[in-house]
This record gives sequence, C-alpha cells and structure tokens, in this order.
Amino acid sequence: MKRRDFFKNTIPIVLPALVNGFSLRAWASAPLLFPPTRGPGEDRVLVLIQLSGGNDGLNTVIPLEYYAAYQKARPNIAIPEEKVLRLEGLEGTGLHPAMPEMQQLFGEGKLAILQGIGYPQPNFSHFRATDIWLTGADAGQIIPTGWAGRYLDLSYPRWPQDYPNPGMPDPLAIQIGSLVSPALQGPTLTMGMAISNPNSFYELIADKSATASNTRAGEQLSYIREMAIKTDQYAGVIKRAAQRVTRQSDKYPATGKNPLADQLKIVARLIAGGLKTRFYLVNMGGFDTHAKQVETADVTTGNHAKLLARLSEAIHVFQDDLAFLQVDNKVVGMTFSEFGRRIQSNASGGTDHGAAAPVFVFGTAVQGGVIGTNPVWPDKLTVNDNISMQYDFRAVYNSLLEKWFLAAPSETVSVLQKDYAILPFIKG
Amino acid sequence: MGPARYKGKWEAVQVSHLLRRTGFGVRMEDVAYFLGRSPKKAVRELILTDYPLPAPPVNNYNDDKYTDAEIAPGSDWTVSLKYDGMNNGRRKNSFKSWWFGSMIGQDRSIREKMVLFWHNHFVTETNTVDNALFCYKYNVLLRQHALGNFKELVKAMTTEPAMLRYLNGYANTKKAPDENYGRELQELFTVGKGQGSQYSEQDVKAAARVLTGYTLNYKTYTASFDPKRHDEGDKQFSAYYDNHVIKGLKGVEATGEVDQLVEMIFSREEVSHFICRKLYRWFVYHDIDKTTEKNVIQPLAALFRKKDYSIRPVLEALFLSRHFFDAANYGCMIKSPVDLSVGLCREFGVVFPGAAEYADQYGFWEQVRNQAAALQQNIGDPPNVAGWQAYYQEPEYDKLWISSDTLPRRNQFTDRMVNNGFARNGKKIGIDVVAFAARFPHPEDPDQLIADLVTALFSVPLTAEELQLMKTSILLSGLVGKASDHYWTNAWQNLQQKPDDSANRNAVTNKLKALFRHLLDKPEYQLM
Repeated sequence: MKRRDFFKNTIPIVLPALVNGFSLRAWASAPLLFPPTRGPGEDRVLVLIQLSGGNDGLNTVIPLEYYAAYQKARPNIAIPEEKVLRLEGLEGTGLHPAMPEMQQLFGEGKLAILQGIGYPQPNFSHFRATDIWLTGADAGQIIPTGWAGRYLDLSYPRWPQDYPNPGMPDPLAIQIGSLVSPALQGPTLTMGMAISNPNSFYELIADKSATASNTRAGEQLSYIREMAIKTDQYAGVIKRAAQRVTRQSDKYPATGKNPLADQLKIVARLIAGGLKTRFYLVNMGGFDTHAKQVETADVTTGNHAKLLARLSEAIHVFQDDLAFLQVDNKVVGMTFSEFGRRIQSNASGGTDHGAAAPVFVFGTAVQGGVIGTNPVWPDKLTVNDNISMQYDFRAVYNSLLEKWFLAAPSETVSVLQKDYAILPFIKG
Repeated sequence: MGPARYKGKWEAVQVSHLLRRTGFGVRMEDVAYFLGRSPKKAVRELILTDYPLPAPPVNNYNDDKYTDAEIAPGSDWTVSLKYDGMNNGRRKNSFKSWWFGSMIGQDRSIREKMVLFWHNHFVTETNTVDNALFCYKYNVLLRQHALGNFKELVKAMTTEPAMLRYLNGYANTKKAPDENYGRELQELFTVGKGQGSQYSEQDVKAAARVLTGYTLNYKTYTASFDPKRHDEGDKQFSAYYDNHVIKGLKGVEATGEVDQLVEMIFSREEVSHFICRKLYRWFVYHDIDKTTEKNVIQPLAALFRKKDYSIRPVLEALFLSRHFFDAANYGCMIKSPVDLSVGLCREFGVVFPGAAEYADQYGFWEQVRNQAAALQQNIGDPPNVAGWQAYYQEPEYDKLWISSDTLPRRNQFTDRMVNNGFARNGKKIGIDVVAFAARFPHPEDPDQLIADLVTALFSVPLTAEELQLMKTSILLSGLVGKASDHYWTNAWQNLQQKPDDSANRNAVTNKLKALFRHLLDKPEYQLM
C-alpha cells in the first residue's frame, strides 16, 4: 500500500511510529473492512529461538559415525565418545551430554534434527550473517524487510490500519526478551511488538508500570509510562490473555536461573491464554565461543555445555507446559543461529566462526528424526574448512510456511523470493 | 538579596540542566564551551549577551497561485504596507516559520526562550490579529524587551497594534468602553489572580476608561491615539489600589494616563510575586510549595522590585541559585512540543538549508513547526488569552502535553527524524546517525557510546539493565556484551576505513537508527 493512502485512510486517528518504529501505539479500533481470509493454518503458532553468537553445531549434534575424524579435528574440545547422548534408533548421531531433555524429546518423536543448514557463500560476520538469517536474503543481497514480516504483511493485508479486528484482535508477532527483531520488519513498519523485559510483562499483568523513583522527575516519568501503556492498544489483550492462565507447569526453573525458560514461560502463557499471535521470538546469547568453550578438566562441562543445558531444559519444560496447558498441538518451535563454527577447534579451547549447522525443530506436530546426513570433511583439514551446507535455511522457512502455516506455494515464493525444497519435518 | 547561591559541582550534568532550561535542547559543543567557564560566567553570558536581532522574514511564499509584485523573492516583506487577501496569509505563515527558525538558530542566549515565555504571557493569536505586519512587530517587541524591563514591556505592549487588535483596545472608546484589555492587564499580565491580588470590577472598568482612545491605522500599520475617543473623566480605583484616582487628561497628553495606570499597578508587590512564580513554572518546576515560595519566590520578587522590574537580575539570581541546581529539579519538566521539536533539531545538529535557499529553509522550518502544532503547541496561536494550559492549569500543568494522542505522535516525530526525516525539492533534513555518533570520543566502544548518548540526550539516568539491553539487543544483534563488544568496534572501525563497504555501512547505520529510535521513544526523552 502506498504511504499516501495510508495517511488518507487513517485520518484523524492517531498514528504510531510509522517506519521501522518500535512503538506500536494507539491504533484506534478499525472497522473490519476486510474480513480475515486465512485458511486452516491460522491458529498455528511458530516459536523462533535465536541462539546469538553462532552455535557450535558440531559439539551440539555429534557425528558418532565419524568419531575419529571428529576427535582429530578438535582434540581439545571433542566430547568423549562414551559421554555422547545416544539418539533412539540411531547409531551414528548423538547429542551433547548437557542435553538429556532433548534426547528425551527425540525419543518421544517430537524433535527433528535438520543437518547442515546454511546458504551459499556463507558470511562470517555476526551482524551480516544475522541479517541474512532474519531477512532471508542471499549472501550478496540486502533486504530491508524480515522474512516473517513479509509473510505477515501478505497474510494480514492493510495492517496496521485495519487492526485489531475480530479476525485478528491480537499482535501478529511478539518478541520477548529483546527489542523487536528485524525478522519481523514489514514493508513500512515492524509487524511485531516487543515485551523487551520479562519483568515488564509481569508488571503489566499486575497493573504496575515500571517503578520510577520517588522524585519530581520520577513522578512525571510514571505518568508518561502509564500513558504509554494506555496508548498501547495491545497491552489490554496481552494482559487479559495472561490472566486467563492461572497455572503453568511446575517444572520451570526458578525465575532468573534460565532466561530462555523465563521467556518461553511467557510464550506458553500467552498461547494458552488464547492470543492468535502467529510468531513468538525469543533469544539467548553467548554462543560466540572463541575461547574456553569447555573446561579442560572435563570437556563435557564449560560455557558451551551451560548454554546447551539451558537450551535443552528450556525447550523441554516449555514443551511440557504446552502439553499441560493443552495447546501443544498448536505450536512448533525452531532454533537457529547465524552460523555454526569451524570444524577444527582453536588453541584457546574454542571454535571460530563457521558456516552450516544443525537446526532443531520441535513440537507435538513434528515428525521426529534426523533429516540430512552427518557432516563429512576431507582427511586433510585446514583451519579454514567449514561444514558444507545440505539444505538452504530458506527451505526450512519454506517448509514451516507451507506445511505448518499451510501457506500456498505462491505465497512462500513471494516471501522467500524463490521456490525452495520442502523438508518433511511436519507430520501429516 | 535573592535566593541562596549554588556552590556545588560544575559538570556536564549541571551545564546541560542550565542549557535545557534556558534554551531548546542541549548542543554538545555548548556543554563543552560552558564547562570551561564558571557557573556565574555561563549564566551571565546566556543572559547578558546582546546578540543582534534576527534579520526580518523574507518572501518565501510566491507559488503557482500568487506572485508578490512588490516584494521580490527572498526580500524582506516587513517593509511593505500593502496587504490583501493573497499576501496576508502567506506572510503570516512566513512569519511563523521565520520565528521557528529563529528558535532553531538561537545563539548561546536565553533570548528565544524568553520570547516564547512572553508570548505565552502576553498572548496574541495571529488568527485574530489577522495582519502579518502586526504579528511581526509584536514579535520584535517581545524580542527587544525579552530581557529588559518588565514595566516598560507592559507599557509598550498596552499600545502595541497586535495587542490593541487582539484584546479590542482599538475599539475601546468613551462611548462604548471595551473592558477586555483593562481586565487582562490585571488578571493575566500583572497582578494576577492569586491570593495577594484583590483588584475589583471597579478597577477593570476604571482601567478600561484610562485606555480609551487608541485606534489602529491601516495605512501606516501603527497604533494611534484619538483624543476625541478618550474618556477625559477622572478614574477612581478601589481600596486595593489605595483608592487611587487617575486624573482625566485631555488631548494627546491623555496618553500619559497609561503610564500612571501602569505605575499604579506596579506599586502592588503582587506583580513581582506573580511574575516570579510564572518564571519559576516556566524554568524550574510546576509546583510551588511553601518552602519554594519562601526561599525562592519571595527573595526573587524582592530583587525584582529592588531592581525596578528589570528582568535580567531576577533570571541571574534564579539560575545561579542552589535551588535551581538541586538535583531534585533535573528532568522534572515535561518537554513542551517546542522544546521537543526545536530541541531535537538543535541537539542532533540537524542541518537546514541556508538563507540563500530561503524557500526550502522556510519550508523545512514550517514542516517541523507543523509537528509542534500537531503536538498542541502552535506558536503564534496559543489556545486562548491565558496561554498554553500546561503553564497554568492545576494540578496537571505540563502533564497536559502528554496524552494518548500526543505521546504516539511524539514517538512518530522522533522516529521519522531518525528514519527518513522530511523531504522537499529533493532536499532532506533529518538526523545523520553516523555523523552524530562520530561526534563522541569513543563511538567504537558500545558501552561508552550508549553511556555518552544517554548523558547527552537525557536529563535523567537510565538503569544499567536498560543500557545493557540496548547494547546487546541493538548494537550487538543479540550477542552477549563485553566478550562480543569487539564486533561493534570492528564494524564501526570498518566504516571509517572502508566507507564503500555497503553491507557494513548498512549494518552500522541500521543499528544506530534502531538505537536512536529506541532512545528517543523512551519516556525519559520526554523529560527535561
């Protein structure tokens, strides 16, 4: 839609931040000019878990099949063969020992491991590689919109001026734990809203705005914050959804122990509370493990192990909670990272920026198993050798859009620029 | 005499506080400049420097429907005495943009803030005055007297054409007295309506009779006095003015009655209280409690009277007071729309076209001015004779600037200035995020950059948690702080070394834009 029409049609209603803005406020309820036309996939939810920093895929999903080569490539950080968690029905592939919950999920058939996900001419810059993953761009291409943003723009036309409406009364996408991701950037403005701090979520539910100090400035600030909440048209729906859920799984770790679990706990609550929101984005940093990713005394412990333990615990308890709340069949989750790491470890007990890596997809609707093969590499490894790509990351997006959100192929082509393969990780 | 003097620290926080309140926004170069001077020198420079008045507004208004045959494009139109339905509205618009531009271009001086103060005090509305030259002359009067003597300003304002027009002084005659100005002169301009003011209806009527006889000359666009329309009788005032009688005068000498009237009103101490309270609310904080009244207002008022209503000594005493620099007063005002919009342009060094490109220069001033107007502060046209509610309406005061309508608009305005800015004729104004970041000593250090930005742009601190969130979420794309800081450092340094690397330029620019949008959307940015 042209910007000009946008203004014309919305006068004199208050406009929020228009372009690339973070603030999504005060859209007056619009008449339902275009009734919702989404198909049967519209009550389905996708949860994206971003692992920032570049997760070491080779120490996450371990190629037992080529254990000797693996051990040789990274002698100082290789997980001992006997410690690798075995996957039910598979000889050649295992998981890092910090992830027993993921092992269990795999055993239950709720986890798909997609091997070698990447794109041609991989970029080794965090910022650029992150942008590529979030926008769905080719390596040499700069796209100003996010892949999820483009899908939402297509699916919810005339957003935001016709929203909320009875067909879509809720935010299209919610980012938790940080500011709105570029993945949600639409053609003119972001399609998502952020609950940047889990505390602010609980304050909202408790009718508190962030406490300002008891000073002259603090009193003025409290007033402005209250007004900001009042003008956030979605504050009310989020609060009501959260209030509908009075009990959640008791397996969650204590607040603050596992920030990813804290974020996912909010996601589960909002989904169970009835929000029709399609995408939730959560994130976890720390994967940029150049040095000391393992403890030398026990290589199954250390920074990377801690991160994977949190990831595994968080996904498991989230999945448990979704089942407890009886919404697990509506939700699919996916992990991703801007790149994997180098095949060879470095002398600092870490790994440098790499290329392709595994992606986890989980959920009750997921067809469990491994897609793709264990990575193979030449005998004469150099420090620059990388794991090759088996599937384009956009094939993963494509499969999620077509098989989970039931988007038409014409739609996914428009979102992803071309037709990618379908990977069979959704049941049905 | 005057309130207790400030003797504390003189750091960026204090300098910024002084600049935010005495001007619009804080320019980093001004902070550096005044840090090198004492508080006293800084305040005196802001108050005492006599910068030349801005050059008059020019014809920027020729368009496809109208060409001014008398005034060439780019020339001063205030010399013209020809007004018609085509040029008047265009000139009024030109005047308002010119005024807005004067605020944006303000020197290291309090003058423009005082011009706006007096405009809010001696309100006229261009819509009612309805003549561009009257509007301009009124504005010049405010600027000339902005830091002069208040009593002289009242005398001059009483017979200023725009005011005669706005409060019907031109129609106030012996036969048909019009009490409008006689009332507002007391109620709004001098003694006010506080407890210490007990003027009566009799005083309104008597003042109106003193003021009879003024008219407007629409050939010369000046005020004139017509003795035939003047009430020559004696004017009896109430007990509040000690039953003073102004003897009726005849002929042109009758204009002397106005001086007597003003002197009589100024003999009431309440004038000094009323104005000092209003200055306090404009410059410090909306609420005046008993302690402030006793320790700040009363001493300032005594000084004001002692200096025979000279304005500068009062401002100097206020801005050098311990109370003004009390940390409790930092960030305790909500920015007016002009503070927000003009302040943003100044603090980010938004570049407007120069005088040679007057059409675009005025055009851009107008675009930003319209933003302030949409935020409910339309300079030249306050809502009524009492001025903007934010300066008098109890108990909300400046909270009135923020509503469910205006808060999103404020965010929208700042977002737009960060994103694409405003465009016309292929030119653009807006925030250059990379250039702005480059002005700080260590833009390559993400912690330092964010900390410096917060110090430069905010009057209240942000929590360490918020600073971290901005760093990891925006500058580091989700990477964990400290260990990953070098990724930002590399990207920034790359941009300096290889400005042609478009992917990197794009990444840095987008991150900075996201950071600035986020910062300027924060409720804290609404405080000053």
